[in-house]
Amino acid sequence: MCVDPEIIRLLAFLVGVIAFAALNAAYLVWLERKEAAHIQRRIGPKEVGPYGLLQPLVDGIKLMTKQLIVPAGVDPVLFKIAPILVMVPAIMSFVTIPFSETLVARNLDIGLLAIFAFASVNVLGLLLGAWGSRNKYAVISAARVVSQNVAYEIPMLVTVVTLVMISGTMNLSKIVALQQGGFWHWNILNLSASPLMPVAFLIFFVCMLAETNRAPFDMAEAESELVAGAFTEYSGMGFGVFFMGEYANIVIGASVATILFLGGWDCPFGLFPGVHWFLIKMYFLIFTVIWIRWTYPRTTFYGLLNLSWKILIPISFVNLILTSAMLKVF
Amino acid sequence: MIDYLREIISGTWSLFVGLGITIRYFFQPVVTVQYPHQTLPMTPRFRGHIELVKDEETGESKCIVCGMCQKACPSNCITVNGEKREGVKGKVLTEYILDFTKCSLCGLCVESCTPKAITFSKDYNLAGVRKEAYIFDLKKRLEARN
Repeated sequence: MCVDPEIIRLLAFLVGVIAFAALNAAYLVWLERKEAAHIQRRIGPKEVGPYGLLQPLVDGIKLMTKQLIVPAGVDPVLFKIAPILVMVPAIMSFVTIPFSETLVARNLDIGLLAIFAFASVNVLGLLLGAWGSRNKYAVISAARVVSQNVAYEIPMLVTVVTLVMISGTMNLSKIVALQQGGFWHWNILNLSASPLMPVAFLIFFVCMLAETNRAPFDMAEAESELVAGAFTEYSGMGFGVFFMGEYANIVIGASVATILFLGGWDCPFGLFPGVHWFLIKMYFLIFTVIWIRWTYPRTTFYGLLNLSWKILIPISFVNLILTSAMLKVF
Repeated sequence: MIDYLREIISGTWSLFVGLGITIRYFFQPVVTVQYPHQTLPMTPRFRGHIELVKDEETGESKCIVCGMCQKACPSNCITVNGEKREGVKGKVLTEYILDFTKCSLCGLCVESCTPKAITFSKDYNLAGVRKEAYIFDLKKRLEARN
């Protein structure tokens, strides 16, 4: 019997991508707790396994053994579908991400577009889950998430359009290939394309924080105001899947930032490019995301919208105009 | 326009200053004490339940069975008993019972003790499931310490 190698390849990538997403979700929780602890000069998880490394496993088992309560009065279909709607697009986005020159599940020509298309489904999942919960905190949270994501998608996409103009392609592998050969070739320092490129990276990073609902923009889950926001009515693995989806989205955000600005799998000194450089850069960005969470307090909702509409959007448009002018002139 | 840009730049700079502070803390040593595995020494002025003081010369209690602590105790939780013995001046302590279930740790007994025979202990691991465990026989505890 002969099996099409393409099918085996697809299966291997499917298993690999799901395992990568799940493992990351589990161990980013561990990283988050450890990093938070050390910033506050504590130790963090230490009892379960060496350095508390088995803690995520135990947490997972705890979540799975808990009853999945569907409260009376919720919309049963939306309530159950919402966690999956957050998780699935996150895993789908992994398909187009090139971890190295050869390690990519599907090298789409519109990879960048696909990732942003999937990323916006995440908001839909949160909205449906919160609406289906029939809980006032969840509905307030959903309203915040939607306006936050509308506000931050604009500067993010304008910045991405700038990059697509520079690269001339939406294929993620080709975008990385254009940045090979040392850190001075990376888009973050591509000052000949636009002198505002480091600022564009900052804008992208801030928007990434807002899109993934991370502190200081964690309006969706503002636990001191909204109990747990959209997740209020979820118990057990319903909450667990939401949580995994959130962390998978952070991994996607950090990966896209690495690909667009930090040269993907390229080594900063031109030595041994490979998947390890991609992972180092990606995990450094994730470390920064957690570092930011434990440094700044949550912004007010008006502060958040003002930052987007009054600062990030004008600056990203200035960058877009500047870049197109420079591309035309030089 | 200038103010707008200046505010953005100074605001961004302040964010980086904040990140610098937290990353310094990240690399500094941990300050928490891992309680069941490590303990801090108790402060000298910690007021636990009372304990008999050992006389360094005889190895026995310094108590002269005057009964002042028993009288001073507002909750009647101290019971002192002693006896006359041949060849020994004064009374000898035979029993010193502290009913810790009633004690309010006011310390009037320690204050009233002329020979300074009782003091506050540093004992704080006092959880239990039976009431009887808190009727302390302080003479036996003193002997146990010897």
